[in-house]
Amino acid sequence: MIKDITIGQFFPGESPIHRMDPRMKLILTVAYIVMLFIANNAASLLVGVIFLLIVYPVSGISGKMVLRSVKPILPIIAITAVLNMFFIDGEVLFQLWKIRITDKGVITAVMMCARIVCLIAGTSLMTYTTSPIALTDAIERLFSPLKKIKLPVHEVAMMMTIALRFIPTLIEETDKIMSAQKARGADIESGNLVQRIRALVPILIPLFVSAFRRAEELALAMECRCYHGGEGRTRMRQLHLGKLDVVAACVTAVCLAAAILANVHIQVFVLR
Amino acid sequence: MEAIITCQDISFSYARPELREPPVPVFHNLDFTVERGGFVAILGHNGSGKSTLAKHFNAILLPEGGTVYVNGIDTREEDRLLDIRSHVGMVFQNPDNQIVATVVEEDVAFALENMGVPPEEIRKRVEEALDAVNMMEYRSHAPHQLSGGQKQRVAIAGVIAMRPDCIVLDEPTAMLDPRGRQEVMRTLKGLGKYYGITVVLITHFMDEAAKADRVVVMDDGKIILDDAPGEVFSHVERLKSVGLDVPQATELAHELRLAGFDIPGNIITEAQCVEALQGLLDQSNAGKDRE
Repeated sequence: MIKDITIGQFFPGESPIHRMDPRMKLILTVAYIVMLFIANNAASLLVGVIFLLIVYPVSGISGKMVLRSVKPILPIIAITAVLNMFFIDGEVLFQLWKIRITDKGVITAVMMCARIVCLIAGTSLMTYTTSPIALTDAIERLFSPLKKIKLPVHEVAMMMTIALRFIPTLIEETDKIMSAQKARGADIESGNLVQRIRALVPILIPLFVSAFRRAEELALAMECRCYHGGEGRTRMRQLHLGKLDVVAACVTAVCLAAAILANVHIQVFVLR
Repeated sequence: MEAIITCQDISFSYARPELREPPVPVFHNLDFTVERGGFVAILGHNGSGKSTLAKHFNAILLPEGGTVYVNGIDTREEDRLLDIRSHVGMVFQNPDNQIVATVVEEDVAFALENMGVPPEEIRKRVEEALDAVNMMEYRSHAPHQLSGGQKQRVAIAGVIAMRPDCIVLDEPTAMLDPRGRQEVMRTLKGLGKYYGITVVLITHFMDEAAKADRVVVMDDGKIILDDAPGEVFSHVERLKSVGLDVPQATELAHELRLAGFDIPGNIITEAQCVEALQGLLDQSNAGKDRE
């Protein structure tokens, strides 16, 4: 059933990673991405891999999930690997007519791939362990200083919340409209691409009309419950930085430091 | 009794500028009062002006003529708007379109967050409100996992968490199945009884109106009947002439009375009807025994 689609890729759990403050998770994820990008040799990249090898078991998310998250970007990884392998100069290992494979090319290709996989695995871990609501909440609070320069932080977070809230409702509605149109003889599932896209029109139009009607009613209901923007608003759910967050921050900081040291001192397989 | 909502001589019409037609008048010089405590049902068929009237109760609409007072505050006072809306809460027909948050308890907290209530107090009041509508065990569910009746109860909890004096419900059961309707009606009865919240229920279901303390019947922007349910439903012909039905028990009693049986005119519930019929049967049995 179309209704069973999961939103985001959150896996509920009780692991220390799940229990961390979402703001901290967001910050540390950014720190991890920075670490991957400053890593310029095999040793510092290895630190990034080790970090994942610590964090994934702690989170209780299985390694299979890493494969699942990497799968959609396999083509990108493949292209990166090929480009690096063939177009970087160095000592020639293998030559066939004009195609040359150099030692540096192979090293760069392997390391670039490792970097991309780490990047995806690291950021996925955050979405695997943080519910979309908590994430929205964290974004709103982290960016709230930007309100001072008139950025609509609260409004954007509110829109994200409402969007998340209405995705299942609208999916259900799409299902109903599709059944209704099929009952009237609409053919959605056959024909070539153009025909199929055209067949979507009688589904999308009622869906949009109803979405606008919903929006209007929702706005009214929100006003009735004293909604007047983000000003003077309090929140029931308070976010607290706990021991866990401090520990996580320390672990990440150590890894980051190790990566920087490795960058400077251990020069194995240096990336250009 | 002290009045919560007082409508004095109010008029309203819907403008139709896009059609370039004159505005459609909904009501003219209407007077209406809701007293503190109790359960008022407003009945009327589609287009009788009952929803429009309800929207005047918490300043969603402002009257063109006359004045609406909520706890003595004129609804035209813009800077008291939040005050008015926290006194008179509103629940709408479609439960899907009034739930804002992705988790039940967050939604119940929404109004309190808007009012700037401190977090600990919010938590306390959310729990109270969820308890009042008997939805405590669903506090961490997502709205789309709930049935229609449950969603509507969450919406009610979201309003009573504000601790309003009055809750106005605009056909809250119209989109629910019989079981959902029952759940919502039971919750509403409890609100007045245990929490002292005045309930104004707008409906076109007769059996729901029959459960109220006071029934107001509207037709074409006018209040045509305003009394206890027993009294209102005794005007069977009058109600039918404005396109409304009466509860089945009342209908049966009415038909029997027309057929010449001696049966009281203010029957509204099945229990009352059974009692009256039992009385009739006993009488006729007693008559037969004497013969």
